[in-house]
Amino acid sequence: MNTLVNPLRVALVGNPNCGKTALFNRLTGSRQKVANYAGVTVERKEGWYTSPAGRRVRVLDLPGAYSLHATSPDEAVTRNVCLGQDAQEPPPELIVAVMDATNLRLHLRFILELRALQRPMVVALNMMDEARQRGIRVDLAALREALGVPVVETVAIERDGAASLVAALDGTLPAPYAGRAIGDMHHEVNRLLNAAVAMPSRTAARDDRLDRIALHPVFGLALLAVLLFLMFQAVFSWATPVMDGIKAAFEWLGSTVQGALPAGPLSSLLVEGVIAGLGGVLVFLPQILILFFFILVLEESGYLPRAAFLLDRFMVGSGLTGRSFIPLLSSFACAIPGIMATRTIPDPRDRLATILVAPLMTCSARLPVYALLIGAFVPERTVGGLFNLQGVVLFALYVAGIASAMVVAYVLKRLRRDQTEHALLLELPSYRLPRLRSLAFGLWERTQIFVMRVGTIILMLTILLWALSSWPQPPEGATLPAIDYSLAGQIGKALQHVFAPIGFNWQICIALIPGLAAREVAVSSLATVYAVSGGEDAASQALLPIIASQWSLATALSLLAWYVFAPQCLSTLAVIRRETNSWKTVGVAAGYLFALAYLASFITYRVAVALTS
Amino acid sequence: MSAMNAAVPDLSLRLSDLRRHQEAQVRSVESHGDHDTIAQRLRELGFVEDEPVKIVAHGPMGNDPLLVQIGFTRFALRRAEAQRVIVTQR
Repeated sequence: MNTLVNPLRVALVGNPNCGKTALFNRLTGSRQKVANYAGVTVERKEGWYTSPAGRRVRVLDLPGAYSLHATSPDEAVTRNVCLGQDAQEPPPELIVAVMDATNLRLHLRFILELRALQRPMVVALNMMDEARQRGIRVDLAALREALGVPVVETVAIERDGAASLVAALDGTLPAPYAGRAIGDMHHEVNRLLNAAVAMPSRTAARDDRLDRIALHPVFGLALLAVLLFLMFQAVFSWATPVMDGIKAAFEWLGSTVQGALPAGPLSSLLVEGVIAGLGGVLVFLPQILILFFFILVLEESGYLPRAAFLLDRFMVGSGLTGRSFIPLLSSFACAIPGIMATRTIPDPRDRLATILVAPLMTCSARLPVYALLIGAFVPERTVGGLFNLQGVVLFALYVAGIASAMVVAYVLKRLRRDQTEHALLLELPSYRLPRLRSLAFGLWERTQIFVMRVGTIILMLTILLWALSSWPQPPEGATLPAIDYSLAGQIGKALQHVFAPIGFNWQICIALIPGLAAREVAVSSLATVYAVSGGEDAASQALLPIIASQWSLATALSLLAWYVFAPQCLSTLAVIRRETNSWKTVGVAAGYLFALAYLASFITYRVAVALTS
Repeated sequence: MSAMNAAVPDLSLRLSDLRRHQEAQVRSVESHGDHDTIAQRLRELGFVEDEPVKIVAHGPMGNDPLLVQIGFTRFALRRAEAQRVIVTQR
């Protein structure tokens, strides 16, 4: 009885879009997002559960694959684990081969490939609810008989939808398939379909109708533009009431703490360091959640590969591929999952180009900086009778990032020696209604990650910066604010020699340093720097009016331009290193981004100074 | 395979030549070179002899890529990929 020590090792294997990730969640109860564009499962995911009979099961969720003849890094992982060729991963004791019951012709072929591995295997016929709705009838007993391996029915999105699979994994494990090898797998698929499946038509009428609009050359592109524009407008207009509430709460907290504690280092640390710093970042949580809400809905509905289809030709023209659209859209949330999602791009050249331009997509960590500067310098009024001017400026900043990504990718394409053909070969899955439960999970996950960052990295950096800004103390009879004498003040003034030509004052220079660890810290750093330098009553005051009155418009625009390009995110550089295994690529990425940032800020600042003076 | 046993196989009609919603059947997938992973993947995705196939949509720019319905599945293929698939009209 060593089942307690050695759990059963099970691997979930299947085509992209077979609902494998949802099944994984159903089995293990793990909180992760479910989506249906090809290849969402780019990370190695593992979970555990204990069966009703007390058996411990370790479930590995392998990346979706069409075949064991891998054509992408994703598929290579799946192949290596299944064949037992992975260095870290022992071969699974049992393969759970998942297939979408509405897409059997494609998925059965891969099942046959897996069966030929001659490992113990259970087939999970997933999405049976949808198959029934479409009038597809599967005779389970006949399929079991014809396949020669156990087949169970699952509906991963229902509460008890995996019960039959759990029961199958609880009993004695099936013997490996010992039948003859199959010559022509497509013939065998047809035989299986004839033996066990009855289906009315080839495709879902609903997909036809929706695709007629979504993929229309004119309406389809218009719809995409409207969706993206709506997304960015919503980030600004929907979030305001909640943000005002959070802001007011932190201001109240700051003044309450200041009133309750005697003046001194402790009060200064809490009010000027922790509360001003964290409040300055937490206030952007509503905007980040709205952005993620849109991305999750687009992912889950199956719309994202459609967008990739519409934009493919366009992206090929600028040196990318339609497949780059999905990683690049994720990069609007954060470049790190975006760069990891490039594993689904089979062509190494396309993949490298996508990785190098991913940091140019405006990630959510830049949002606080943009939001602060736009709030301080762009008047809140309506343009064209419809649009919020602040939203329009934000949209323009996003467009600036996208446009520069296209230029950079185009230059990369010209520089590249190997100009041979690229493939697209992208599956467009059926449309699905996003499920409230998984949207809520996705957003909750984001909230946790963001609040964790605020509570750890951002809190630590904020305290460190507060200390640097408060010591050494000003000498007796000092006339300038305390921060001018502090270590941070000295560092900022030294850096200003480099950044003065692009209009940055020394307060901004200080904020750039902790901003390296996390971009949004730049905002909390500015809050801390100005709170420490501003004296007692400024501590509870919001950052926004201070910079609105102290910075020139040229400086603000220059900082915005800087943030469009600057490579100031160490985690992104680290993930580029991990994904490309090359320091040279990291150097190229950091170098070109820094050069572009400096150049763009320089031009912006000089032009703005010339126009405003 | 199929090209060998047919008497005078017409190999001129390609998937990329089809009009939208024109019903056709796959004959074979042609490999470009010895290690054409694109051709192999097309076969794995179901582009095999006798399989009904049609184009259901075109990309907005230059009619590229093509949205191809094969079996229950829809794939976006670029013209160069669709050119590898030899079809007959139904």
